[in-house]
Amino acid sequence: MTIPFNNPDRPNSYIGKTVPRPNASKLVQGRGRYVDDIVLPRMLHVAFSRAPVAHAKIGKIDVDEAKAVKGVLRVFTGKDLAEVCTPWVAVLAHLKGLKSPPEHPLAVDRACWVGEPVVAVVATTRAAAEEAASLVMVDYEDLPVVTDTMTALDKDTPVIHPELGDNLAFRRLHEEGDVDAVFETAHKVVSASFRTARHTGVTLEPRSILVDWNPAEGQMTAYHATQAPHMMQTVFAKHLDIPESRVRVICGDVGGSYGIKVHVYPDEVATAAIAKVMGRPIKFIADRLESYTTDIHARDHEIEAKIAVDADGKILAMDVDDWTGIGPYSVYPRTSAIEGNQVVNLCGGPYDFANYRAQTTVVFQNKTPTCQYRAVGHPIAVAITEGLVDMAAAAIGMDPVEIRRRNMYADDAYPVTSPAKMKFEGLSHHASMDKLMEMMDYDALRAGQAEARKKGKYRGIGIASFIELTNPSPFMYGIGGARISAQDGCTVRMDPDGSVVALSGVTEQGQGTEAMLSQVVAEGVGVKPTNVRVITGDTQVTPYGGGTWASRGAGIGGEAALQAAKALRNSILEVAAAMLQADAGKLDIRDGQVVDMDSGEERMPLEELGRIVYFRGDTLPKDLPRELVQTRHFITMEYPFAFTNGVQASYLEVDTDTGVVTLLKHWCIEDCGRVINPQLVDEQIRGGIVQGLGGALYEEIHYDEDGQLLNGSMADYLVPMAAEMPDMQVGHVETPTKESELGAKGAGEAGTAGAPAAVMNAINDALRPLGAQVTEMPFTPERILRALGKIND
Amino acid sequence: MTEMFRDKVDVSLTVNGEPVEARVPAGQHMIDFLRLELGLTGAHASCEHGVCGACTIRVDGDAVRGCLMLAAQADGAEVWTIEGLTDTNAISDLQDAFVARNALQCGYCTPGMLVAAEELLSKGDLPSRAEIREHLSGNYCRCTGYEAIIDAVESVAQGRAGKGKA
Ligand code: FES
Ligand code: FES
Repeated sequence: MTIPFNNPDRPNSYIGKTVPRPNASKLVQGRGRYVDDIVLPRMLHVAFSRAPVAHAKIGKIDVDEAKAVKGVLRVFTGKDLAEVCTPWVAVLAHLKGLKSPPEHPLAVDRACWVGEPVVAVVATTRAAAEEAASLVMVDYEDLPVVTDTMTALDKDTPVIHPELGDNLAFRRLHEEGDVDAVFETAHKVVSASFRTARHTGVTLEPRSILVDWNPAEGQMTAYHATQAPHMMQTVFAKHLDIPESRVRVICGDVGGSYGIKVHVYPDEVATAAIAKVMGRPIKFIADRLESYTTDIHARDHEIEAKIAVDADGKILAMDVDDWTGIGPYSVYPRTSAIEGNQVVNLCGGPYDFANYRAQTTVVFQNKTPTCQYRAVGHPIAVAITEGLVDMAAAAIGMDPVEIRRRNMYADDAYPVTSPAKMKFEGLSHHASMDKLMEMMDYDALRAGQAEARKKGKYRGIGIASFIELTNPSPFMYGIGGARISAQDGCTVRMDPDGSVVALSGVTEQGQGTEAMLSQVVAEGVGVKPTNVRVITGDTQVTPYGGGTWASRGAGIGGEAALQAAKALRNSILEVAAAMLQADAGKLDIRDGQVVDMDSGEERMPLEELGRIVYFRGDTLPKDLPRELVQTRHFITMEYPFAFTNGVQASYLEVDTDTGVVTLLKHWCIEDCGRVINPQLVDEQIRGGIVQGLGGALYEEIHYDEDGQLLNGSMADYLVPMAAEMPDMQVGHVETPTKESELGAKGAGEAGTAGAPAAVMNAINDALRPLGAQVTEMPFTPERILRALGKIND
Repeated sequence: MTEMFRDKVDVSLTVNGEPVEARVPAGQHMIDFLRLELGLTGAHASCEHGVCGACTIRVDGDAVRGCLMLAAQADGAEVWTIEGLTDTNAISDLQDAFVARNALQCGYCTPGMLVAAEELLSKGDLPSRAEIREHLSGNYCRCTGYEAIIDAVESVAQGRAGKGKA
C-alpha cells in the first residue's frame, strides 16, 4: 500500500503534522543524560598539555611536577600512545591529489598548531588532571610558522610538511564552456573579492567522551557526543587494534553538534587509547578554551570572482578563484578538502547558464584544522553567487528579483545538470521566489525603504536564492574509500502490548530525529506516535548507519523507517488475517487496532494479536510466519545528492554613523521535499538562519602572525544573542524527491546556507546610494565604516 | 592540588528544599558542587566564564551563574535547580510551553534558560518581546535561533496575566 500523502484526512496521517518530540520533556526537566552526566565506577579523568606555539619541534618532556600532583596516576606522551594507536591519514581517493601527513593522537616529534595535544595526564579528578597538565614542561624548539593562506604556496614560504613537498593540500579546477571568450565580449562584467571568516561551531556542550575498556570481555564501550557512532566504532577498532564487533559506541543526549561532532579528534582517540592501556573508564570533557583551539574551524576562504551578463540580465559566465587554509592536517576521515570542493560544486547553483570556471586551492597552515561545519561550503558559494548577481543587477539597473527570475532554472526544466555538473532532480526556484515576494510583500517593503531613506535612514533589502546538498549517496565519501555509511537502516518491532519500538542508525542531536522517526513509523504501522519508542545512538543495538550529517536524517533514515514500518504492518496483518479468517488485503491497522479497510470497523486490538503471537503461538497455524520484527535499509541510487532549494530575504537598517547593522526581519522559503513535521522543520530553518547571521555579523576567529588564536572565549568570539536576532518568517514549497516513497530531503542547513548572502546583499542595498559596498564577512561596524570611508587608517 | 582546592570549607544550605551539609574545597564552583557532589546534573557547564548562562540556577530568589559562584559562598543559601523546580511544579507552565513551541533542540541551554526566563516572569509584568529578548541575552542558545524561546516565554507571560485577572 502506498501512502496517499495528498489526502490529509487519510488514516494515521502523522506524516506532515506537528507532533511533539518524545524527548523534549526530559530535557526541559533537566533529565537529559549528556556524556559529562555519566559517572562510572573507577572512572578517571584525562586532561591535556597542549602546544602553546603554532609550530615547534618537541624536545625534552618533563613530567615530574605533574606526576607529583595528588590524584595523578599516569602521564602519556605522544611516543607512549604511538605504541598502542596507529596514525591516520585523511585523504579520499576521489579528491585527486589530496595529501596530508600521518596524524597521531598526541603529537610525537612536532606540534603544528596552538592547541595540538602533546601530553595526556590522567587523574582521579578533572581538577587534578587539569592542574597537573598545566605543570607539564615541554621544550619547544620554534619552527617557522605559516599562517597566511594566499602566500602559503609562495617560494619563500616555509613548507610545513617537507615530506609532502609543498603546502598545497588539494587543488581542483572545473571548467565548462568557453569562459574567457565570453568575458571578453560580454555586455557587462562585474568582479569582486569576497572573504568569509574562520568560524567554529560553539556547541554549548563541549566535545565529550567517556571510554570504558573491559579487558575481561575484550570490549570497548565509548559514551560519545558524536553524530556518527558507527563511523567512530570503525575508527576506534581500526586504530586501536580491536575487532570492530568489540567496540560499542553509545551516543545519548548531545548538546549541539552542527558538524563539529562528526570528526575524529586526536584527544578523543587518545582518551580511548588510554582507557585501553589502563583498563579503566577515562573521561575527557573539553573546556571552552580547548573548544576554541581544537574543535574544527571552517569557512576561512578568500575569493576572487566575476560574472558576465548580457543587456537583458542573462548570466553568461561565472569565474571563481577560491582559496582556503585548512590548518596543518586534513581532518580524518572526511578530509578538509570537501569545503573548497563544495564551493566549486555549488557556485551559480540556482542559475541556468553555460560557461563556468571555478578553482579551489586548499593549503596547509599552522592554525586549528578546518573541516565540515553546518552547510559546508554553501554559505561561501551562496555569498559569491548572490553577491555577484546583485552587483550585476545594479550595474545594468535591474531589480535584484527580476535578474534572478530571468536566470533561475524554470520549475519545469528538471531533471537538469548544472555547469558545475550537479544533477538536479526537481527544484522550485520560481515558485519559491513567488511565495517569498508574497510573504514579505516586496513592493510594500521597497516603498517603506524609500520612505525611510527620505528620513535619512539607510535600510536595505537583500535576497539570496540557494541550493542545498542533502541525502548524500556514497559519492560523497564512500567512493573515496572512507568507511562512512551513506545507507541507513531501521528495525521496527511490535511488542506483546501492541507498542512499537524503532531502532535507527541516524542519531538525535536536538533537531528532532526521534520525533520524525516516531511519526513516520506510527503512520507506517498504524499506531499513535506516542506508542512508538525510538532508540538511536547505540552501535550494538541499531542497524549500521551513517548517523547525522549532510541533512540526511529524514531523507535517508526516515525512508528506512517508513519501509521497515510498512513491512511490520504487513506481517501484523498476515497474522491478523489468519486469526480473523479474513483477507489481509482487506484489513488495515488504525490507531493500534486491526480494522476492516473499507468500513473501518474494529476487529482486534494489537495487544490481543501480541498476546496470541508471543504467549499462545500454539493456536496459530503451524506454518504461519509471525515475524513481528522487520528491518529495512535505504540508500539513494539515482542521484548522488538530493538537492533542495530556497530563497531568503533580509531587511535591515545600517547606522551610517556607527556602522551598526540592525536586523529588522528575515524570511525564508525552503523546499525540502515532503515536510514530515512542520514545526521541527521551521525550527531547524530558524536555528540555521541564526547561525548564518552569526557568520554575517559577528563570528570571526582571529590569529596573530605567530599563529596564536586571539579570541578563544565566548566573551571574545561573539555568537548571536537573543536581543540582536530578528523574528523570522518561514514558508515552504514541497517538491518531494521521487527516489523515496517518503519524498523527504534535508532541511537542517538551508538556513545557514543562505542567510549570510541575504544580509550582505541587504547591507549593500542600503549602502548603494552612498557608493559603498562590503564583501568581507563578518560585517562589523568597523568594516562598514571603512567601506563608507569614515575610517581610513 | 592548589591551596584553593586543598582548603575545605563547611557549608550548610538548602538545595531544592532539602538541607545539605558539606565540606567543600574552597575553590569549588557551585555548578561543580551541584553536579559532582549532589548529582544534580540538570544545570550545565559550558563556558565556565559567566558568559553563556547554561549554568544558571536560582539562589535566594535570583538567577545566578553557577560557574561564577563558589560553593563556599552558599552557606546559608536557598538554592533551586531545574530538578527541584520540576518536582515542585513551580515552572510547569513554562516547561510545557517550551515543549509545545519546540523552544529547545539539544536542550543543553534549556535548564539555564528556564531559570532565567522564570526570573523575568516572576516579576509579574507583561514583558514585551524586546524585553524578553533583552532579559535572555545572557543565555546563549546555539540551536534554536531564539524565536521559539521568545514565543514560549511570551505565551506564558500572557497566560499568567490572564489567570491573574480572572
Ligand atoms: S557555564 Fe556559567 S555562564 Fe557559561
Ligand atoms: S537548545 Fe541547544 S543550545 Fe539551546
